[in-house]
Amino acid sequence: MSEPNPTGDAFRPATADEVKLASQHAASESPGERAWRRLTRSRVTVAAMLFMVALVGICVLGPLLSSYDQSQQDLELKATGPSFSHWLGTDPLGRDLLTRILFGGRISLLVGILATGVASVIGVAYGLIAGLSGRRMDALMMRVVDVLYAFPFITFVIILVVVFGREFWLIFVAIGAVEWLTMARVVRGQVLALKNLEFVLAARASGAGFWHILMQHMLPNVMGPVIIYASLTVPGVMLLEATLSFLGLGIQPPNASWGVLLREGADNMETYPWMLIGPGLFFSATLLALNIIGDALRDALDPKSGAGE
Amino acid sequence: MLQFLISRLFQGLIVILAVLCITFVLLKMAPGSPLESERNIPEHIRAQRMAASGLDKPLPVQLWRYIVSFATFDFPVSAKTPGRGVDEIILQAFPVSAQVGLAGLIIALGLGIPMGALAALRPNSFDDRACMIVATLGICTPSMVLGPIIATVLGLKLRWFNASGWYDADDWVLPSLTLGVIFSGYIARLTRAGMRETLAQDFIRTARAKGASELAIVFRHSFKLACLPVLNYLGPTAAGLMTGSIVIEMVFQLPGLGQHFVGAAVNRDYDLAMATAAFYAVLIISFNLLVDFLQALLNPRIGFKS
Repeated sequence: MSEPNPTGDAFRPATADEVKLASQHAASESPGERAWRRLTRSRVTVAAMLFMVALVGICVLGPLLSSYDQSQQDLELKATGPSFSHWLGTDPLGRDLLTRILFGGRISLLVGILATGVASVIGVAYGLIAGLSGRRMDALMMRVVDVLYAFPFITFVIILVVVFGREFWLIFVAIGAVEWLTMARVVRGQVLALKNLEFVLAARASGAGFWHILMQHMLPNVMGPVIIYASLTVPGVMLLEATLSFLGLGIQPPNASWGVLLREGADNMETYPWMLIGPGLFFSATLLALNIIGDALRDALDPKSGAGE
Repeated sequence: MLQFLISRLFQGLIVILAVLCITFVLLKMAPGSPLESERNIPEHIRAQRMAASGLDKPLPVQLWRYIVSFATFDFPVSAKTPGRGVDEIILQAFPVSAQVGLAGLIIALGLGIPMGALAALRPNSFDDRACMIVATLGICTPSMVLGPIIATVLGLKLRWFNASGWYDADDWVLPSLTLGVIFSGYIARLTRAGMRETLAQDFIRTARAKGASELAIVFRHSFKLACLPVLNYLGPTAAGLMTGSIVIEMVFQLPGLGQHFVGAAVNRDYDLAMATAAFYAVLIISFNLLVDFLQALLNPRIGFKS
């Protein structure tokens, strides 16, 4: 900053320049731009975002560019360590590991996004309705959430997946169906804080109904926390998918997901360590980047953390 | 406080009932039965065995029989392992899981709390950065990556412990270490956040002003309050330890509860799956109750609200 107050008089009127600058500043920066500026303030966050963009890019495009197919076997070759023709090595069936990791990444990222989507839709709808309904309905709905919190969810996911077959779509529905609880709490809390503000009262006074207020006034205003929490849900969901696949209950071989590859790697850890290390590095780096982005989003979008400016 | 306990126990009972009902409905929606894998049994023997295990009764009656038998601790015999009651199987498997889980929790607290406290005392120092990098790495390394690495390095290469199985008295070490390292990351981050918030409060400034030593400030004034977020996290941790331990039992081939549960679900062993799900629910509820109790003791502002 240049000299803010050359005369040293704290109470002098603002100069014309300062007024112009302040109004320009206020006008030029929308909340979205402000969030973006705060998000890209840290180099670590930018690196994490670049990593995710690059990862999604190579997972989508990589298998097209690779000279191998994920299930193409080379039984003469068997398992070999990293080399020029197979950058991350091959598995005992001679399949190229990097290609399998990229294919697996598609599935794992897709499950992460879709399951988070399912969880967010359920959680947002439940939270909005609970928060906007009357006190008794709200208490009842939140009691249900409290009770569900004490559920041993992993048992349900396992039973669901075992019972309904190991279909791809079922996995993210099953995961999404158990991950919405915190989202519902977050949204309901936000709605309770909003619902007695003047603009809602004004809408109600001019005859807006329950659904109109819910869709037009509540939904846009809860999107901030929803985005933050959804971004923090993605790594958890991916971990759950990997857990299921690792236990042999999720994605089924020969299709690859990172959980499947980690399982194959764990089984061959002693003889072919690269089979665990490659997928493990990809998975850990992704979880790390997603966690960093989630934390940064929270700092950038949360109005309460404005002190950090 | 009595009211707090009663209302919590009541809520717990509802949860257990709900768990039983949902598990039952899900299992019954599945195709197949416990007898499916034995193909060549004559029809009359099949009917006889169905009758013996109560599988020929209407569904609500079957559910009611489960509830009654669990409530009276008169457990059914597992359909897949004839002659052994499900209570016997669970009581044999639980000590394995409990030992590994508890030791893992102790390792996690023992690593995480000092790391977080050290980081909070010197914000932005080298120590702080190093501790938080280690903690973040712990959080981002899933158990199915860390477990096999620990098993291979400490078990197969260095031969300090058995890489898998449950034979020797020290076989809990590697699985517990894996669980502990993973959860210590979360605990370190929570301790750091709690500690920094506490250290910024007025009563700490007062303590400093009256000349209390740094040690007294850390241990007498701020530690109790700084532990609250950690304690809060221990509730969800119970569920996390459970999930983690299912993976870890798989990696280290431990005869624990998780293995039995997955096996029971896959083999349509209804009795064992129902009993294990109910047992998990009881565990989580007890753990949450314990956490609430400790929280009320440590922080009088929370108290025993029902």
